[in-house]
Amino acid sequence: MLEIKGLSVAVEDKEIIHDVNMTIQKGETHVLFGPNGAGKSTLLMAIMGFPKYKVTHGSIRFKDKDITGLSVDERARMGIGMSFQRPPVVRGVKTRDMVAACLKGSGDGEEIERLAKMTDLGDFLERDINYGFSGGEIKRSELMQLLAQKPELTLLDEPESGVDLVNIALIGELMNNLLEKNCPILERRCMGLIITHTGHILDYVNARTGYVMCDGTIGCVGDPHEMLATIREKGYNECIKCYLGRLPIHE
Amino acid sequence: MSKVKASKTYQEKAKAAADKKAALGEDIDLAKYTDEEDKLPYQTDPSGLPPETKEKMLTAGVMLDDVSQRVGTYLQIDNTPVHFSAQQEGIEVMALSQALEKYDWVGDYLWKAVSVDADKYTANVELNEGDGYFIRALPRQKTVFPVQACLYLAKSRLTQNAHNIIIAEEGSELHIITGCAVASPGEPGLHIGVSEFYIKKGAKVTFTMIHSWNPEVAVRPRTTTIVEEGGLFLSNYLLMKPVRSLQMYPTARCVGENATVRYNSIMVAGKGTNIDAGSRVFLDAKNTRTEIVSRAITTGGNIAARGYIEGNAVDVKGHLECRGLILGKTGTIHAVPELKGTLAGIDLSHEAAVGKIAEEEVEYLMARGLTRDEATAAIVRGFLRVDIEGLPPLLAEELKKAVEASEKDVM
Repeated sequence: MLEIKGLSVAVEDKEIIHDVNMTIQKGETHVLFGPNGAGKSTLLMAIMGFPKYKVTHGSIRFKDKDITGLSVDERARMGIGMSFQRPPVVRGVKTRDMVAACLKGSGDGEEIERLAKMTDLGDFLERDINYGFSGGEIKRSELMQLLAQKPELTLLDEPESGVDLVNIALIGELMNNLLEKNCPILERRCMGLIITHTGHILDYVNARTGYVMCDGTIGCVGDPHEMLATIREKGYNECIKCYLGRLPIHE
Repeated sequence: MSKVKASKTYQEKAKAAADKKAALGEDIDLAKYTDEEDKLPYQTDPSGLPPETKEKMLTAGVMLDDVSQRVGTYLQIDNTPVHFSAQQEGIEVMALSQALEKYDWVGDYLWKAVSVDADKYTANVELNEGDGYFIRALPRQKTVFPVQACLYLAKSRLTQNAHNIIIAEEGSELHIITGCAVASPGEPGLHIGVSEFYIKKGAKVTFTMIHSWNPEVAVRPRTTTIVEEGGLFLSNYLLMKPVRSLQMYPTARCVGENATVRYNSIMVAGKGTNIDAGSRVFLDAKNTRTEIVSRAITTGGNIAARGYIEGNAVDVKGHLECRGLILGKTGTIHAVPELKGTLAGIDLSHEAAVGKIAEEEVEYLMARGLTRDEATAAIVRGFLRVDIEGLPPLLAEELKKAVEASEKDVM
């Protein structure tokens, strides 16, 4: 279980996220909507534990342990994995090396080949990670690494952006695999938190809970399909108005 | 050594240049070093050298025990060629002094690529009649395994004056690994190595040089390669161990159409190490190509990483890539990439970058579960991993091993 309580996060001394609460039970996938600059990516980065994203209030608990003070790699080893929206190019570090690192010695060359085939990246294993990759290739490469890492909590930042329609289906399938969609609900152990703008991803994943984030706070919790329909019809402005309407008015 | 055909003119030119400072690098006082050396016996079987000598040579990639992995061997200790032999028909490996006696035309190759009066170091080699290796592949002869050469500095405060001639005749293919090493971990010495490469029409030469000196040794290699029509010269240089002062600017001239030159260099400078090294290519004929790639790491030493490409003919193409990583709190890397074009229709480019390891990259790897140290090591290893095209798999493997063996020193 992931349990976020009263979380505030600052980047370079500026508070971006204010008092966020969120609970993801074992086997659940939640979706995060929100306009650009709402703080969605910041929330994911803070859950992953990047030092630039400083928790100023509140706590993050994962698998019954307070991880607020743990480093990125400690969280990764505990079972949190993240797909980056714009991962850096690391010259000289081969895609194969990254997958091998994610496998942590639990898989051999054959397993790497299998994952590469599955993500249609067979020709990319000997290339420097992310070097000259297209948008879709980056997404698939991130998912390939996560499939090797087998995290219990997967954080996906816009997995469908920059991906063409043909590739969306493949990405969706890989995400299902990662989030054990085909596994009976009671047996599912994997959790997911997905940022999406387009909602295409909802066609592929079993998401029961959605959030709309505005100005660093979660304004609305509900059924993600309904939320998406509202956002599509009326835009985020309606969400914001609705949210503001519910706020206590201060004179 | 007596250079049978050596012209008196060279001696005169050398005398005139005996005090001529080099354009780059610290000026070395030659008077601080001796030219007198002990007479060393010829070794019929180089694997019979003392184990400690062989171990030192191994640090420069020289393996003497397995003769099946090479087609020729040349060993020079101080200024004496102590062993030379060739195991493949059509490949000649001998001391330059012997080659001058054997062939009356060898003199025509001396000081044709490198100028005898370039500076005091080239002059010193001529004035001391420096011996070195003569390696030649006869026309259309191709080797799979390399010729292995080792220039070994044993005596303290000695000047090693080496003069090497390499000839790849038309259509031949030759691979050479040269290891330069020093016996003592801390005694001073001076190594001057003049190397003149002649790559004839359609010939291919790969030259891999590994240096393993000590913190008191000064090194001044002087190398020029002439590449004729359709020829290929692929040079790899590896320096991972400390050296007090090293300055070199190996140069290649593509004089025939469609000639190709590639230089790869990997240099690591710890505290007390001073390196001024680069590669220079003149594209003087139509459709010639070059790529220069250098990787420099400082953990406290100073590196000037140079590169120069000059395009003097139509349809030439050259690219220069110069990357430096500063891993310590001190140390400098000065990247000096230079391009010069003298006519339209040429295509020259460069990229240079100097900095520390990007935190973003470290965190990316950490998000996959690697610790900070593991992530840093993986990035440094990646930085040093230069993909070398055209190298036979065996040599590529050897080079990889040499880099990996030295990585521990860097971390």
